[in-house]
Amino acid sequence: MAPKKNAAAAAPVAPPTTQIPSTTTTIPSSTPVKIPSRPSSQNQSPQEVAIGIWQNYLDKTPQRTKLIDVFMSFLVVVGVLQFVYCILAGNYPFNAFLSGFSATVGQFVLTASLRIQTNEDNKAEFNSVSPERAFADYVFGSLILHFFCVNFIN
Amino acid sequence: MVAKTQEPFFQGSTGKNSRGVLRIVILCLIAGAAIASRLFSVIRFESIIHEFDPWFNFRATKYLVSHGFYDFWDWFDDRTWHPLGRVTGGTLYPGLMVTSGVIYHALRALTIPVDIRNICVLLAPAFSGLTAFATYLFTNEMSTSPSAGLLAAIFMGIAPGYISRSVAGSYDNEAIAIFLLVFTFYLWIKAIKLGSAFWGALCALFYGYMVSAWGGYVFITNLIPLHVFVLVCMGRFSPRVYVSYCTWYALGTLASMQIPFVGFLPIRSSEHMSALGVFGLLQLVGFVEFVRSGVPSKQFATLLKGFVLAVFAISFGGLVLLTVSGVIAPWTGRFYSLWDTGYAKIHIPIIASVSEHQPTAWPAYFFDLNLLIWLFPAGVYLCFLKLADEQVFVVVYAILASYFSGVMVRLMLTLTPIVCVAAALVLSNILDTYLTFKSPGESTQATATEGATNGATKKAAKQEELRSMRQPLIGIYAAFSKISVVTAMTTYLLIFVLHCTWVTSNAYSSPSVVLASRMPDGSQHIIDDYREAYQWLRQNTKEDAKIMSWWDYGYQIGGMADRPTLVDNNTWNNTHIATVGKAMSSREEVSYPIMRQHEVDYVLVVFGGLLGYSGDDINKFLWMVRIAEGIWPDEVKERNFFTERGEYRVDEGATQTMKDSLMYKMSYYNYNSLFPPGQAQDRVRNVKMPEVGPVLNTVEEAFTSENWIIRIYKVKDLDNVGRDHASAASFDRGNKKKKTTKKRGPKVLRVE
Repeated sequence: MAPKKNAAAAAPVAPPTTQIPSTTTTIPSSTPVKIPSRPSSQNQSPQEVAIGIWQNYLDKTPQRTKLIDVFMSFLVVVGVLQFVYCILAGNYPFNAFLSGFSATVGQFVLTASLRIQTNEDNKAEFNSVSPERAFADYVFGSLILHFFCVNFIN
Repeated sequence: MVAKTQEPFFQGSTGKNSRGVLRIVILCLIAGAAIASRLFSVIRFESIIHEFDPWFNFRATKYLVSHGFYDFWDWFDDRTWHPLGRVTGGTLYPGLMVTSGVIYHALRALTIPVDIRNICVLLAPAFSGLTAFATYLFTNEMSTSPSAGLLAAIFMGIAPGYISRSVAGSYDNEAIAIFLLVFTFYLWIKAIKLGSAFWGALCALFYGYMVSAWGGYVFITNLIPLHVFVLVCMGRFSPRVYVSYCTWYALGTLASMQIPFVGFLPIRSSEHMSALGVFGLLQLVGFVEFVRSGVPSKQFATLLKGFVLAVFAISFGGLVLLTVSGVIAPWTGRFYSLWDTGYAKIHIPIIASVSEHQPTAWPAYFFDLNLLIWLFPAGVYLCFLKLADEQVFVVVYAILASYFSGVMVRLMLTLTPIVCVAAALVLSNILDTYLTFKSPGESTQATATEGATNGATKKAAKQEELRSMRQPLIGIYAAFSKISVVTAMTTYLLIFVLHCTWVTSNAYSSPSVVLASRMPDGSQHIIDDYREAYQWLRQNTKEDAKIMSWWDYGYQIGGMADRPTLVDNNTWNNTHIATVGKAMSSREEVSYPIMRQHEVDYVLVVFGGLLGYSGDDINKFLWMVRIAEGIWPDEVKERNFFTERGEYRVDEGATQTMKDSLMYKMSYYNYNSLFPPGQAQDRVRNVKMPEVGPVLNTVEEAFTSENWIIRIYKVKDLDNVGRDHASAASFDRGNKKKKTTKKRGPKVLRVE
């Protein structure tokens, strides 16, 4: 019980010192979800932690963000496939490999940026970027990325 | 620090608009001053390209304008590096040429047909105006003070450290690169402040432009990751950092790889690995932050932190391993010599031989930056006081650039922008403090103390909490101190302007193509031997006559004489340069076969002995010897060019190797005939020349310019009857002994 109390006591103190707004919004909402799982074992097994994270994710993420995440995981899969193929078959047209691979990496990063910018928790960080603006930026960045990739693949 | 953000002038009575108008007028005047102060050389001499490197850029631009973009992109230049040629499209940074080509065509489209030479000459001044504007924008991101940006703009506009590389006629890559450097940094600061992918993408685009313009883009490639790394280490990681950096890196790297000269370097060379490493680190940190937001356990968070450190260490180790195993190219010599300052001198004499690659002396800082250099540390200190993300950038930039500028004179150029910015921050702070007419009244102090003591409301509680952070109210009350400080500062600024103008006018505005000297009556005397000789080559030699000279003059010969050369200022093939060095520093019998093999028709040497022009080939001769010795250590030995006592002499006491070398002979050939017997004098070395001048057998004098600065020799053909040149020449001179000896020499068997 003692560690939990400490954690609970630490939570209200933390927000003024660390001025990251994301923690202030998430901690209160996450503690009720987590409390049932925690007393069961004092130090959780990694598996439980992973399941907890996953459950937490499913519960709290909006539908749109999930869609973005699906796209991102798709990009990861494509990138891994390309990389594996490069290892297996050699990298002879290196520019082709690079442009394909960096297209996935770049798109992943841009999508991650979009996800961060549209995340409600990060609103205070991006007070000048509305979700629509973030999407327009995303389109702009992706267009440039694809122009360069198509140009580089020859 | 006193936060004085309100405008001292134009408060209340006139609105925001008039301040805006004033601002535009000031910026236009600054641009005008920046352009005007760079025109000394055009007004004094003429509108020509200076120095050596710009001649190649000019030649490439002419090619671009006359052949179109695609031909320029695939240009194989067979008129340089004679037997080898140069794949120019893949070995240059095309940004400069394409920029002036675009301007050329734009002006044509506006029916203002301007000669391409004038565009090239005036490109640097035009872009310096833009640099001033970019500095204005950059500084405005750093400071809320209205005057900081304008001060930085005027500093950047006239600081000699930047003018030195951007006078009219200096058509070099730096002409547009500094503008792009400052503007890229501005966009980067904007991106990291807003956390906007749009600004990050714009930053990447301008970074791509910068990559296409100058090899110094590596500075940006390392500075931005360093900034981000410092931010992460300070615990200032935020989603904004992630968004801006990752957008910049993903797009910027792809953009930089579009330039053929850069190609796969961003993946394969050590200079770019910091950017890649920080990119990976940000992914990790971003992921961990994301997971941590969903995980309450504190232990788990520390575990994640350990995970980040472990992955970082492992990937760093992997990077080192890859570099050692050779998958990733190690540092190139040019960059490595920035860290190990003794490296170039020992291993790559060709890097050490360039005068710009020497360490900077103290006076150079004051000469180039005047009062800015002592305001600079104060500006960095001010940035420490208010340490937001962008101030960290200034600090990181300042530290890195000061180090590099100390190592290499040439890198003073990258230091200048940050010095201007930091100095402007200080000055604007001083002026904002001392230029307020209104003294800080008692009333504000009273309310402050009142609010602190009452302590009932929430606001007061907050102030109570921050009691340790609250500062006593500091202000300047007396009019005398205000006036005196402001007067002093204004005087310094005026002196700064005087200094800048003086330095620009006297030190940095001379085209090295024409040498100016003063006659006793004060009138100007122009020594124009270079162009005289190049023009002679252009008019009196075959279209494809190959000219051999030391590499310094390669670009000028290609540009002005329009003849193929063996080596030029693009020193990409050290062995080829060493070949020329060997030909210059060997005996004629050794040099002649080398020149025949390379189809050399003319040899050009620069000789300043008559005029006292110290940058001649005899003074550069030791570098030729050294570079040749690096390749053929047993054929060319530097030691042999020194006397017993280790002196480098050209007079009577010169060593036999020195006297026999082709360079010595060509420089001093017929030099005695200019003087009364026995009084030949070398005005550079200040020595009396020997009574009898050198004899040349394999080359013959073709042209010597008016002041003997340029001497051109024609390489003789093979002898008609198959004798070697020495005996043929001595036969012609009638040196044959009258009494023929009957004794036969040792015969050798004739082999069919």
